[in-house]
Amino acid sequence: MICVNGIEISPPDDARVSLLDLLREHLHLTGTKKGCDQGACGACTVLLDGDRVLACLTLAAQAEGRDVRTIEGLSGESDDLHPLQRAFVEHDGLQCGYCTPGQICSAIAMAEELRRGDPSYVTHDLAAGPPVATRAEIRERMSGNLCRCGAHNGIVEAIEAMLAETAA
Amino acid sequence: MTPLTYIRASDRADALARVGTDGRFLGGGTNLVDLLRQNVEQASALVDISRLDGAIREIEGGGLLIDASVKNAALAAHPIVRSRYPVLARALLAGASAQIRNMATVGGNILQRTRCMYFYDADGARCNKRQPGAGCDALDGFNRYHAILGASDQCVATHPSDMCVALAMLDAVVHLSGPAGERQVPLMDFHVLPGDMPQIETVLKPGELITGIELPPPSDAIANSEYRKVRDRSSYAFALISVAGGLSLANGQVTQIRIALGGVAAKPWRASRAEHALLGRAPTPDAFLAAIREELVDAQPLSGNAFKIGLVERTTVAVLTALAGANA
Ligand SMILES: Cc1cc2nc3c(=O)[nH]c(=O)nc-3n(C[C@H](O)[C@H](O)[C@H](O)COP(=O)(O)OP(=O)(O)OC[C@H]3O[C@@H](n4cnc5c(N)ncnc54)[C@H](O)[C@@H]3O)c2cc1C
Ligand code: FES
Ligand code: FES
Repeated sequence: MICVNGIEISPPDDARVSLLDLLREHLHLTGTKKGCDQGACGACTVLLDGDRVLACLTLAAQAEGRDVRTIEGLSGESDDLHPLQRAFVEHDGLQCGYCTPGQICSAIAMAEELRRGDPSYVTHDLAAGPPVATRAEIRERMSGNLCRCGAHNGIVEAIEAMLAETAA
Repeated sequence: MTPLTYIRASDRADALARVGTDGRFLGGGTNLVDLLRQNVEQASALVDISRLDGAIREIEGGGLLIDASVKNAALAAHPIVRSRYPVLARALLAGASAQIRNMATVGGNILQRTRCMYFYDADGARCNKRQPGAGCDALDGFNRYHAILGASDQCVATHPSDMCVALAMLDAVVHLSGPAGERQVPLMDFHVLPGDMPQIETVLKPGELITGIELPPPSDAIANSEYRKVRDRSSYAFALISVAGGLSLANGQVTQIRIALGGVAAKPWRASRAEHALLGRAPTPDAFLAAIREELVDAQPLSGNAFKIGLVERTTVAVLTALAGANA
């Protein structure tokens, strides 16, 4: 079984079905978007056991026995927006909104990577402790999520706001 | 994509037993799933090895043994890799995106295929690698990303991995297991140049599994190492060229030097001639430039990539100059 936003789902019979098509076409969870279907845009980003991955290049069968979380599963029991969703609204982190579910899932996992102290390509001293979440760090870490509308400044501001809120 | 069976291997022996003649090992799938979907490759069965043990162990003598299913992200974040093999951590972090690094395995990264657009265009382009004898549309097509060293009139594609450039520079060894038993191959001998058989890219035999990668104990030049990648945009893009360098000095002379180049050939390119030219020399930008020029004397640029020669020269000089400064 695959656990999607807390609900157990059987994997598809056809091994070719991607996790993205399972979510969108079989479960009608259309929040996760298909941009390129070849790993180049990040629109399909979901959380697999808490790590950000691309649903378009993950076979649904590979998610068996694992926990998948999508944009629909972020608010939890209550219907309140996730703090990062609120920050996107407040900081104009979107225009058309197509890249937004991927951006948000990606940034939530990115915050955890930063908390763990994982380095990035722009981290100056790789051996040092947790990197400081500068704008350069956030931009590099979010480079796997393209935004055709060019809302990147608002996206980075929304992420900065979320990081400040959780640090407080 | 044609119909296929999905099998999750329970361990290495199970994976080897079940892959058969028509099956393929599945790592993170970030390259294979794409190639199957584009009909560039075909498989009747996928044997998923991405959930096999993924350990990173220190070995006797001070080296490191990395299981093939270790994820690129986990390897880059590992404390020993970050502190003792900085060139490898930086090269991994230069590749793809955070999402892809969470999926991609070490084994899959080594075996990823070229990003030549004519190779990918199964319906519209000629490619000797995809279809031996068909011709090569890159030769007088869009070849900005293609090779300047070691290419042939059959194929000018490059190997796109960043990680492998660092592994070449480190003298890493690939551990293999197959129907005929286990063996080890230096990474520098693992990928092969195209010649007149560009469809053959490595020395891997049918049904053979990469089980891991061994790194030698860190030396001074490995401790003082860096990876620099030049690309058309600053992140989430394949390399135009890249340089992995490591250097140590004593009494104003180069005592250890390691240089490997990415984006220039069908395999990671160890710049042995340049290394040889620099040993025992004073670490000046002029000496670095003369040495890398010696490495590039045989370079054969295509219609769209002559800029790579100057780019490799300047990037190599910049990397080595910074390393010499850090070591002074
Ligand atoms: C948009 C995009 C951008 C990218 N940018 C970069 C970049 O900048 N730099 C870079 O270096 N890479 C880049 N990549 C490529 C990425 O690094 C590779 O796709 C990845 O490393 C492949 O690993 P995998 O585990 O997903 O391999 P898979 O796709 O699962 O497998 C690849 C191949 O290896 C074989 N295989 C896998 N594991 C084994 C094993 N243990 N033994 C034998 N055979 C095996 C498979 O059968 C297959 O032939 C990018 C990819 C994408 C999609
Ligand atoms: S749809 Fe998956 S990366 Fe674009
Ligand atoms: S908001 Fe339109 S693609 Fe990002």
